[in-house]
Amino acid sequence: MHDVHSYRKPSPGSQPDYLYPPYKSTVKRAPVQPLVLVPQTISEITGPVFGRNEIAPLDHDLTRQHQSAPLGERMIVNGRVLDDGGCPVANTLVEIWQSNAAGRYRHADDNHDAPLDPNFTGCGRTLTDDAGRYRFVTIKPGAYPWRNHHNAWRPPHIHFSVFGCGFLQRLVTQMYFPGDPLLALDPMYTCIADERARQRLISSFDWENTVPEFAIAYRFDIVLRGRDATPMEK
Amino acid sequence: MNELTTASQTVGPFVSISFAPSLAGDLTVQGVSGKRVVLHGRVIDGDGAPVGHAAIETWQANAHGKYAHPEDFQEKPLEREFRGFGRVMADERGAYRLVTIEPGCTPGPGGVLQAPHLVVVIFMRGLLKHLTTRVYFPDDTHNAEDPVLKLVPEERRATLIARRVATDANELEWNIVVQGKDETVFFEY
Repeated sequence: MHDVHSYRKPSPGSQPDYLYPPYKSTVKRAPVQPLVLVPQTISEITGPVFGRNEIAPLDHDLTRQHQSAPLGERMIVNGRVLDDGGCPVANTLVEIWQSNAAGRYRHADDNHDAPLDPNFTGCGRTLTDDAGRYRFVTIKPGAYPWRNHHNAWRPPHIHFSVFGCGFLQRLVTQMYFPGDPLLALDPMYTCIADERARQRLISSFDWENTVPEFAIAYRFDIVLRGRDATPMEK
Repeated sequence: MNELTTASQTVGPFVSISFAPSLAGDLTVQGVSGKRVVLHGRVIDGDGAPVGHAAIETWQANAHGKYAHPEDFQEKPLEREFRGFGRVMADERGAYRLVTIEPGCTPGPGGVLQAPHLVVVIFMRGLLKHLTTRVYFPDDTHNAEDPVLKLVPEERRATLIARRVATDANELEWNIVVQGKDETVFFEY
């Protein structure tokens, strides 16, 4: 029988707690019972495998999914998916979703008084390459108000969903933009205890991958839980 | 020194724009063997109120107890049509429904078999990181020896076992209670 090659815990302080009262919806949705610590088994170190044939050619380009280009500042967002040992996570599914340039989502429940853009759905998907790299072309999302507290505004962000190699690497996160004054007031951002871990959610201006006469690039690397050094005994 | 892991963030209220086009609510495509089950229930919060628009993902072995993944080294048959991944959204009343097959037993720690189960992760607005749990099948004789169920306090185990709905032998009900009375057991690894 083969051993289960287990995953390390996430870095201390890098993950939010379930309960963070400044984000009001956590109060009734955070479990109050302690989580039960259980061993990793074959059921959790495995996870869905997606193929290139499941990705359409324009799934990564949110600016070319409609008749015309969406309004807003075109941008490239690119980076790598790695594990915490620095190893690339290859061929893993990365999904993104975001508001349009005016800060409005194409969703029936979004009633922010900002225009929808008929040329923007706001969703993309791609697989990382062998070096763990991904690349999307999109437009810069807008800030939008929410009702969490008085005069609350979400900083512009892009939601990322990543599968990794096994279900234990599953991660949904959000990418922010450098120099945004809204971050310090945003409970999604401040819920993370470790300042360096917060910074990891902020993309960086990426001159190298900026395409002349076309679009500015931002870089956003995503680090998933890595493997323990050796397969678990027994 | 290891790299700092990226923080989890909530999916927020609009996750369905991304997940809805890629839902996998019926894994029983033609050619897949195993007993068909319809798993349904509601997602409930600490007020006992339904949580609308939660996203639920499931991961499971096929009827032979084999995962469609390169790290499953068991000599058991794979079924090309069966990925084993489910993705459903709860509706505005918190109700979800997944059609799948009952998986086989899978190896567990110390050579003890794991009872048939689905790994389940739950995402929703108000959850800063997803919750991970499992759902087991009622009346399965392997449940008593399952190495993960055994670690769950006895009085809470029932939260991980789906209930048979009398009207239909294939129908199983399993509610996900994120907080409060009968709170579902969630795991850390």
